[in-house]
Amino acid sequence: MENYLWVITFAPLAGAFVNGILAVSFSNSQRSVNERLVSFIGCVAPLISFVTAVGIFFHLRGLPESERLVVQTLFPWLVSGELHIDFALMVDTLSMVMVLVVTGVGTVIHFYSIGYMAKDDGFARYFSYLNLFMFAMLVLVMAKNLPVLFVGWEGVGLCSYLLIGFWYKDINNAAAGKKAFVVNRMGDFAFLIGIFVLFAVTLRLGHPTLDFLGVRELISEHPDAFATTATVAGILFFIGATGKSAQIPLYVWLPDAMAGPTPVSALIHAATMVTAGVYMVARLSYVYLESPVAMAIVATVGAATAFFAATIGICQKDIKKVLAYSTVSQLGYMFAAVGVGAYAAGIFHLMTHAFFKACLFLGAGSVIHAMSGEQDMFKMGSLGKKMKITSVTFVIAALTIAGVPPLAAFFSKDEILWNVFTAGVGPAWLPGFLWAILFVGAGVTAFYMFRAVLLTFYGERRYTDEAAHHLHESPPVMTMPLIILAAGSVVAGFVGVPAVLGGSNWFHHYLEPAIGPIAHHAAEVAGHATESAVHSAGGETHASHGLEIALMVLSVLVGVIGILVAFRLYLHKPLIPGRLAERAKGLYQLVYNKYFVDEAYEKTLVKPGYQLSDKLCFRVVDVWIIDGIVNGVGVFARLFGSAVRLFQTGLVRTYALFFLLGLLYLIYRLVG
Amino acid sequence: MDLITLVTFLPLVGAFALLLFPHSAHGAIRTFSLMLTTVVFFLSLKLLFGFISNAEMQFVKHVPWIPSLGISYKVGIDGLSLFLVLLVTFIMPISVLSTFEAIKDRVKEFHFCMLLLETAMVGAFVSLDLFLFYIFWEMMLIPMYFLIGMWGGERRVYATIKFFIFTMMGSLLMLVAILVLVYSYKQQSGVLTFELSQLYGVQLSERTQWLVFLAFSLSFAIKVPMFPFHTWLPDAHVEAPTAGSVILAGVLLKMGGYGFLRFAMPLFPEAAIKAIPLIVTLAIIGIIYGALVAMVQQDVKKLVAYSSVSHLGFVMLGLFALNTQAVEGAIYQMLNHGLSTGALFLLVGVIYERRHTRMIESFGGITKVMPVYATIFMIVTLSSIGLPSLNGFVGEFLILLGAFKAKALYAVLAATGVVLGAIYMLWMYQRVFFGSIKHAANETLKDLNLREIVVFVPIIVMIFFMGIYPKPFLSRMEPAVEKFVAGVTERRTAMDQKTDVIPEHFVVLDANDDEKARMDTDVNEQTGLDGKTEGDE
Repeated sequence: MENYLWVITFAPLAGAFVNGILAVSFSNSQRSVNERLVSFIGCVAPLISFVTAVGIFFHLRGLPESERLVVQTLFPWLVSGELHIDFALMVDTLSMVMVLVVTGVGTVIHFYSIGYMAKDDGFARYFSYLNLFMFAMLVLVMAKNLPVLFVGWEGVGLCSYLLIGFWYKDINNAAAGKKAFVVNRMGDFAFLIGIFVLFAVTLRLGHPTLDFLGVRELISEHPDAFATTATVAGILFFIGATGKSAQIPLYVWLPDAMAGPTPVSALIHAATMVTAGVYMVARLSYVYLESPVAMAIVATVGAATAFFAATIGICQKDIKKVLAYSTVSQLGYMFAAVGVGAYAAGIFHLMTHAFFKACLFLGAGSVIHAMSGEQDMFKMGSLGKKMKITSVTFVIAALTIAGVPPLAAFFSKDEILWNVFTAGVGPAWLPGFLWAILFVGAGVTAFYMFRAVLLTFYGERRYTDEAAHHLHESPPVMTMPLIILAAGSVVAGFVGVPAVLGGSNWFHHYLEPAIGPIAHHAAEVAGHATESAVHSAGGETHASHGLEIALMVLSVLVGVIGILVAFRLYLHKPLIPGRLAERAKGLYQLVYNKYFVDEAYEKTLVKPGYQLSDKLCFRVVDVWIIDGIVNGVGVFARLFGSAVRLFQTGLVRTYALFFLLGLLYLIYRLVG
Repeated sequence: MDLITLVTFLPLVGAFALLLFPHSAHGAIRTFSLMLTTVVFFLSLKLLFGFISNAEMQFVKHVPWIPSLGISYKVGIDGLSLFLVLLVTFIMPISVLSTFEAIKDRVKEFHFCMLLLETAMVGAFVSLDLFLFYIFWEMMLIPMYFLIGMWGGERRVYATIKFFIFTMMGSLLMLVAILVLVYSYKQQSGVLTFELSQLYGVQLSERTQWLVFLAFSLSFAIKVPMFPFHTWLPDAHVEAPTAGSVILAGVLLKMGGYGFLRFAMPLFPEAAIKAIPLIVTLAIIGIIYGALVAMVQQDVKKLVAYSSVSHLGFVMLGLFALNTQAVEGAIYQMLNHGLSTGALFLLVGVIYERRHTRMIESFGGITKVMPVYATIFMIVTLSSIGLPSLNGFVGEFLILLGAFKAKALYAVLAATGVVLGAIYMLWMYQRVFFGSIKHAANETLKDLNLREIVVFVPIIVMIFFMGIYPKPFLSRMEPAVEKFVAGVTERRTAMDQKTDVIPEHFVVLDANDDEKARMDTDVNEQTGLDGKTEGDE
């Protein structure tokens, strides 16, 4: 079965190539490309990946738990001196979950795109980019070593860039794409240095490697050698993750990224690419487990982002912006989880999030499609009457994100909250504090989500008659994906029902072989400080079943309260929000303008950077100093020449005079 | 005739054959020039396939030339020069093809210069005799001078003189240094020779070695160009015709890096070691400074020129990080830069031919009218900013990894160039290609024609190939690179015993010294041997 791993990644690449050729060759002709052909190629490619991935899944299931790993080495890539990097793919249980999410949700979104992008000029180009994204994302999650992961990591960034700026004729879209790429590059810079740090240590230990399994093995054998390295590398990798997964301080690109087509937002900027950072931290769990400091940073930044972004979500008017900040916030929850060592909980939430957030985005896309491009929720209202399927699926997904049992996110979010509450990371007060932030954030999440639901689908009608004329439910090719994803949001949680509710948490168990130190070394690290974090969901739980249930009830309550407040403010008393905003004007402006973070970056980094380069480097150093010296030498030579030229009069009598003067001087020297 | 001599001098023969063509036979002249350079390229492929992956000089041809002065015609290639020679022969037909419509004036003279230049460039890369090298080195200058001065833009006179003075200054110092070197060697061994392999054995006093090294380095640093000797480059590029820029950026600049690799560093290892902090600092300044200045340029060609300063800073960093990965990365980066910057200049030439302007603000939104052009430009841009799976990444990754091994701070500082590179390239791309069309003249721009597509296809293929499968390149370089690194650092070890000065950046390097020691051939042992019998291992 391992011989088929390449099929998963290369089927979309082939699709991207064929559609790319079609796009380029039709770009100069009057005829438009055959949409049926393009969508067939574009959708079959990820479908092949998905089917192959399912095959691999069953193959893995047939293996004993500790041997659930398939590897395929394709060719040697970077080979120089003691550095030997193969272009190699690997699927263990962690990768398996990611591959299934990416190919499954990805395929559904490809089908949706057929409807959403119909009659667009760049139809073939769109599918080419989207398939290319699938390729890069699958390389990312199936990479066997860090450099190959980095190929996928930057590859998805490229596709994100291309797709955000897909409608390039509006320069703002293109600028948003560039911003995404550049901000990601800043993270990638740290990521790259992180790779070097790890390599330097493995080199010192005499086993130079960047292979995930190789590093894992080495850390298990020499945990002491990694003491400081784990902290340094862990922080560097996490900075990379803050770029890709839009965490503080590098989250600023994601809201702008909504400029891309909505299915792109669903696939790349909600379900898959932005979760790459979470995956990466889980993939390097054995590094993070060596460094309580790095773990505490990850957890704290995650929790802070979760809360911070949720508050911004309250005040947005654009339906996609709400979902964008919601994504930033939900990613924060995942980082809080992996930060406290609850890797399975983080990946679990990553999976459920892929369903409900993709559903929400595609639902928003369906609305935008029906409203001819309108994204302002204050120009919508009562759309539920005309768009039954869209509104029902949207509400289901909204209930899921609010954490209403027994929908998927109820299980995954509660597992995160419980793990954070019982974590052994950082100072003693930290876990409780982080839990409180995340807990309040859950209430805020439920509120902003239902604010969006009510503004869009219920309440009074605020759209124009013109818009009403075009308003329609989307075609089946778009509503079917909504139904599939909504169904996923309902059932996906059942793979991880915790023991306290009578489940066996199959998901947690499934991921175990891929996470943490290697099993046969586990005994050696048993005394390690972080050990409790790994098993926090296990051992301690029995003693505190009551507490776990209590917290669960609390978090359901806070979600329900959030929903009820939204109903009160936006359905029953629609005037209150305006008055509230009026009364707390300063605060409202602050939050509405996203805390002016973009403006601050502009003022402190972008403008001064440009001025420095232009005024100091270019105009002063280059033109004034260096060329000044160069030209100065030239001028000097010319002046010298002009001075000397005075003697070259071309008149024989002048020369005769000089000759005479010289002769006289000579005689004087000889005689005198 | 041996293969290297054939590859080197066939273009020269062609250049003189060209003189027999009637002046107005433009088509025939162009076709002849294209065919000749293509034939030379295929001949040079025989060098690649005949090359054996070891550290020795291959295809060596050694005949006495002026025996009384110890000057001989000695040529050969090893893993350091093989791909640089191929770069020349690869770029030449492409640049020739690119000029078919751009050069309408004095076509015969133009192609004469191009062919002459090819001989000079190949010759400089294969010379193993310092006198011979110097002749080729100077010979490059003349056709380039005419290319810029006769077919250049408005300020071409200023640019050519600047170019000439900068390079001549370095060259003259190098000439003096060569004479000092040869003279010292004669005093030491009683043999008057310009042959490189013998001169490697020279023992100079610390002071002399330092001065001679500086003279060589200045000459090469101007060519690279390193900060702060770079200001001739933007002017020369802006004024040069497209093909001139392509050759200048694609090949001529590589002479600088190659000069350090073949001459300055192995001839004067102690001085090279001593110069590490200085040169690495200048290299890192060049990386960051070049990128910052590139960012604020209004002229696309000038932007690309400054990006070269940044990219070649990586090359210098790699050479002076002095370990296998960094040096291999540096050579790889030279090839990458030749391909992607060469392609960028070709691309700029395409719109210049159509619109007679290169100012960024004159464009905007042209993806709509030139989709194929936009696609190729995007791929080359991505190669230039080092996207993994394209060629640029391999070079940058190896250089940074090697630099990190030498001293972590080097890599951290240099890697900021990777971020800045994305900023200036993508920002330029955005302003030229995205948005709506602002200028009516751009509405009717024609997309690439078949000839132009043919120009770019080989480069695009190589960009992908070298990014995905660098092994054939790296494995052929590796033995020679390891020998080079060992040669320079071995002397350093000897020096340490004498002077007890250990530059701190070599602390990490020591970890794998014993591994290197295995592969080392004693430099002194090597140097006494003639080229033909160098394969003693």
